[in-house]
This record gives sequence, C-alpha cells and structure tokens, in this order.
Amino acid sequence: MKIVVCAKFIPDPNLALVVDPDKKRVVRDPSQSILDPGDEFGIEAALQLAEKHGGEVVAVSMGPESADAGIRRAMAMGVERAILITDQSLEGSDALTTAEVLSSVIASEAPDIVVTATESTDAYTGMVPGAMAAMLDMPQLTFVRSIEVDGQTVTAQRDYENGYQTVRAALPVLITVTASVAEPRYPSFKGMMQAKKKPIDTRDLGAVGIDAGSAGEAGAREKVLDLSKVQIEKQTRVVEDDGTGDSVDEIVAYLKHAQAI
Amino acid sequence: MPERRVWIWTEIGADGVHPLSLELLTPASAMGTAEAVVFSPNGSGSTSVLGDNGASVVHLCEDQVFADYVVEPHVATLVELISSEQPDLILFPSTFPARDVMARLAGTLRVGVIANASAVEYDGDQLVASVGYGADFESRVTLASGPPHLVQVRRKAYTAEASGGSAEVREVPAVSASNGYRVQVVETVQETSEGINLEDASVIVSGGRGLGQPENFRLVEDLAKELNAAVGASRAIVDAGWVPYSYQVGQTGKTVKPSVYVAAGISGAIQHIAGMGNSQHVIAINSDPEAPIFELADLGVVGDALTILPKLTERVRSER
Ligand SMILES: Cc1cc2nc3c(=O)[nH]c(=O)nc-3n(C[C@H](O)[C@H](O)[C@H](O)COP(=O)(O)OP(=O)(O)OC[C@H]3O[C@@H](n4cnc5c(N)ncnc54)[C@H](O)[C@@H]3O)c2cc1C
Ligand SMILES: Nc1ncnc2c1ncn2[C@@H]1O[C@H](COP(=O)(O)O)[C@@H](O)[C@H]1O
Repeated sequence: MKIVVCAKFIPDPNLALVVDPDKKRVVRDPSQSILDPGDEFGIEAALQLAEKHGGEVVAVSMGPESADAGIRRAMAMGVERAILITDQSLEGSDALTTAEVLSSVIASEAPDIVVTATESTDAYTGMVPGAMAAMLDMPQLTFVRSIEVDGQTVTAQRDYENGYQTVRAALPVLITVTASVAEPRYPSFKGMMQAKKKPIDTRDLGAVGIDAGSAGEAGAREKVLDLSKVQIEKQTRVVEDDGTGDSVDEIVAYLKHAQAI
Repeated sequence: MPERRVWIWTEIGADGVHPLSLELLTPASAMGTAEAVVFSPNGSGSTSVLGDNGASVVHLCEDQVFADYVVEPHVATLVELISSEQPDLILFPSTFPARDVMARLAGTLRVGVIANASAVEYDGDQLVASVGYGADFESRVTLASGPPHLVQVRRKAYTAEASGGSAEVREVPAVSASNGYRVQVVETVQETSEGINLEDASVIVSGGRGLGQPENFRLVEDLAKELNAAVGASRAIVDAGWVPYSYQVGQTGKTVKPSVYVAAGISGAIQHIAGMGNSQHVIAINSDPEAPIFELADLGVVGDALTILPKLTERVRSER
C-alpha cells in the first residue's frame, strides 16, 4: 500500500502573526516555522496504516526551500521519503493553485490513499483537500477520526455536526483527518538521526508541469485587496480570586449587566 | 444589465432548512436576485420558508441519492446546473457538508474560492469579501476567476430576515456522476449534547483541561443548567474523551456567537478563539494570569475554577 501524506510548513501558530503590509501577506520566517501540528495527525494515521498493512508513506509539501525542516520532522516520525515542490514563483499561491500543484505531484505517485489534515492551522480554508480529490478523481472521506483498511476497501468514521458516520469507499481514496484520529508520536533520537539521511526530492514548477504565470501571486484567483489590523476594543477587567468569594460577586454582577441572569 | 444572480447552497436537516443556509439569503438578496439550490429528498417542504426569507427561485432536486452525505452526486448535479444557469455567485454556509461540496466543486470547475468570509458584497462589479486572519488581522479579498464566484460565509455573519415573499420552484434533474457514487454511508449515529444547542444558545459555559479531570466537568454543566446555558468544551478535553465532539468550540469545532461565553480552565488558544471570539461578553476563569484568554475577556477572574464554579452556581441559584 502506498500512502501519500500532506505536510505543510507554517509559521509557528504559538507565536504572534507578523504581516507585511506592502505585500499584504503573512511574513513566513523559516526559523519560526514548523510542520503544521494538524498534519502530524495525518502522518501518524498514515504510519499506523503502513505498519499494520505494509507499504510506504511518502510526504508531499509545497513551500519554501526551508520547508525541508518540516519534512525532516515528518521523517523523524517515520515517513520514508518526501517530495518538496519549491519555486520562487509559487509565493502567494491560493488554495486552488496549491491543490493543482500538490495533486499533480500526488498523481505521479499513484497512491492508494492520500491523507491530509482537515484544514491547515495557518490558512484554515479547508479547501485544498476537496479540490485535490476532484483533480485526482478520487472519492473523499472527510473529518475522519478512525480508518480501517480491508483489502481494497476503506471504512472510516467521520465526525459531523450531530455525531458521527461510518462511511466506506474503495481505494484509491483521499482522507482528511481530525485530531481524534491518532496521537502523533514524538520522534525518537534514532528517528531524528535516520531522518537526516532520508531522501527529499525537490522539484520546481517546471518539473510539476505548471507554468509560472498561472501560479503564485500572479496566477492566484483569490486576490488580497488589503490587510489590516483588527482593533480589539475589549477592556478586560481582571479580578483575583483570593478565596473570599468577592470574585463571585463580580461575576454575578457582570452576568446581570449582560442580562444572563 | 441583468440582475446579478446569487445562489445559496441550501442544506436541509431534520428540522428543515439549516439556519446557516437561511442566513445567507440576507446578503444574497442585498447583492441581487437570491436563488436557493436545494438537493434533498424532502426539499419541497422548505420552499416556502426560503421564499419568505428572500429566495425568488428554488432550484429543487428531490432525488433519493441526496438522502445521505454524498459529495460527488451533489457536485455532479451542481456542475450541470451551473453550466446551464450561469449564476454569478454561490454562497455556501459554514457547515461540514457544504464545505466538502464547495471544495470539490472548486477543484472540478477550477475556479477560485473564498473561505471563512465574515462579510460579502459587490463594489461596482468587483466582489469584495472580508476574511479574518488569525485573531488580529482582517483582509479584504476578491476573486479573479469565475463566474461563478464561490464564497463560504462564516456562521452568524448575517441574520435571516423574513420578508414575506415566495419562491418559484424549478425542478432540477439529478446527474449521475460518470464514475458512479463511490462513497457509501453505512451508519449515522447522533451524538448531540443534551439540553440547549450550542449554536442557538445565548449563554454558553465551556470547560477545558484546567478542570483537571473528567468528573469535574460536572461543575460546568451545573452552572450551565442554572444559567439556562448550553455547554461547550475545548478540544483538549474532547480529544481526551471527556465529552463528545459535538461540544467542541473552535476552529475545528463549532463557531458560536452567544451573548455571554464563560470559559473555565480554557487557555484561549487561537484555534479555540476562532470559534468563540465573536461572543458579545466573555468571562474567563483561569488560574494563570498570563493565559491568552484574558486578552479577549471582558471580565477575567484569576483563580481556581474548581472552587469558583460551585460557589458561582450556588449564587446564581439564589439570585433566581
Ligand atoms: C489544527 C488544530 C485545530 C484545533 N482546533 C481546535 C478547536 O476547534 N477548539 C479548541 O478548543 N482547540 C483546538 N485546537 C487545540 C488548541 O490549540 C489547544 O490545544 C486547546 O484549545 C487547548 O485546550 P485547553 O484550553 O482546554 O487546554 P490547555 O491549553 O491545557 O489550557 C488549560 C488552562 O487551564 C488553566 N488551569 C489549570 N488549572 C486550573 C484551575 N484549577 N482553574 C482554572 N484554570 C486552570 C491553565 O492555566 C490553562 O490556561 C486545535 C489545534 C490544532 C493544531
Ligand atoms: N502547501 C501545502 N503543502 C502540503 N500540504 C498542504 C499545503 N497546503 C495545504 N495542504 C494540506 O491540505 C490541508 C488543508 O489546507 P487548507 O485547505 O489550506 O486549510 C492542510 O492541512 C495540509 O494537509
């Protein structure tokens, strides 16, 4: 079984977002970027499937050259090899271009299963996986919290608004996973050492078969007109609870003010 | 110039039109002729409420295939309808199935999309949507592709407005996807939280990992009961199995916009705030004065939720 897993390199979500007002874009400082924690769930799920059924897990990432740091993390977890699509003219790509680039590379791998996160932690459009499923002509199983493979059939549980569903499809299939699917393993020291020697196949746009004019900011169909800081007008009133119960008075007063009581 | 045709993707649930689809008729009517697309075996029951809220046309397909969550038949039928009708803009609600349909549609038509819009309008001929970025930034974006423009609107960005109109119903034939329908729904299990629905609640009490252990979640439920509030949770405790996923508030859970949101033992990670940051009043109880939730709170209480919650519940009870 061959599983392709998407691995996005994103600005560390625990740090404040830095924006370049001229470029109308988020500043992506490689030294402050990490493998999307959302993708670690997909990687873990893919590794578990490969461990159970045999097969190979390949990571695919589109991003700056420095995204290899994110890929190494995936490799330290156990991913065998990776493809990184990196090209100056990809900067500023929208969800559609990202899906076109990734799916063209994924198609060349002819995987049985493609695993992605439900949405990226930085962009959270959740549009890339579904668009890729269309381009790859694969059925899609989304918001998946558990995956079982039996021969050529995948059975998954997916979350939905009011509960969960069991869904089934034949391979090949694209699956988006939630954080309930598996607890990502922490890379071992040995894993980290091995990761350094694993192959990353770096490709530019030409190799992917997409022309530069239709990629990146120039080719983006979603255009940013402007980007501004939101004024947060909240005036927080902070009270310390010293155990005397005064804070409860404050909360009750506030609840009354907000007409909740 | 003919009027702009704005479609809304209409989800039908057990109680009829999904409220998030109904909300979309408000911006749709403001931008042009609002038309609803309804693919559901029991869609005809919803045409009057759609008309009442501003739809002048309902494109209706009641094929049995749409009884289940199946993305491909929805997209195949929608693609045909789009090519014959040529809408200018299609608005999608922020529901899971609608997002799946929209994403696959975008990949099929190869048109751009805007996700998570908190507002959408036309400036002359140019589509302009507002999209939040992180907690602190907002962008205005447009689409250079289409028609159709595809825009997903955030929950509760608009309010449904009954206008007393009625809609003309146009039957749409179901299109079978060339490669058949490849996803089969084996079982659907409802797991709704008891009591008040999170999305409709005007008061929500949510708990997080700061409660320490699953048994203590009861303290949140007790207060909620006293306040007639819905109960929410952070993902940390959903993943830990304390409460079902349907409780989860945040980027990958529900988006809520209550009048009052009480967060107990929740740190206020950006992904949590993504789901509740638009609450009108936020009260946070957290033992760590540096917790990010305090940046957003109107009233922040630094202290132990395990001692404060029961006292508070008691006090609220005596106030009633
Ligand atoms: C892709 C992705 C999507 C995500 N989506 C969501 C989402 O939809 N919703 C969501 O909630 N999270 C989401 N998360 C997770 C999010 O990043 C946080 O990990 C999560 O919200 C933390 O939950 P928490 O605040 O309960 O736990 P913690 O971050 O562990 O915080 C617990 C808090 O409790 C406080 N505390 C401890 N003891 C006490 C006490 N006795 N009394 C009072 N306070 C106390 C602590 O000071 C701390 O601030 C997502 C993460 C990723 C990567
Ligand atoms: N540049 C990228 N490289 C690799 N995977 C990506 C990239 N962009 C998106 N993905 C995958 O698609 C998921 C959804 O992304 P998005 O649609 O941007 O929210 C991500 O969580 C990744 O798994």
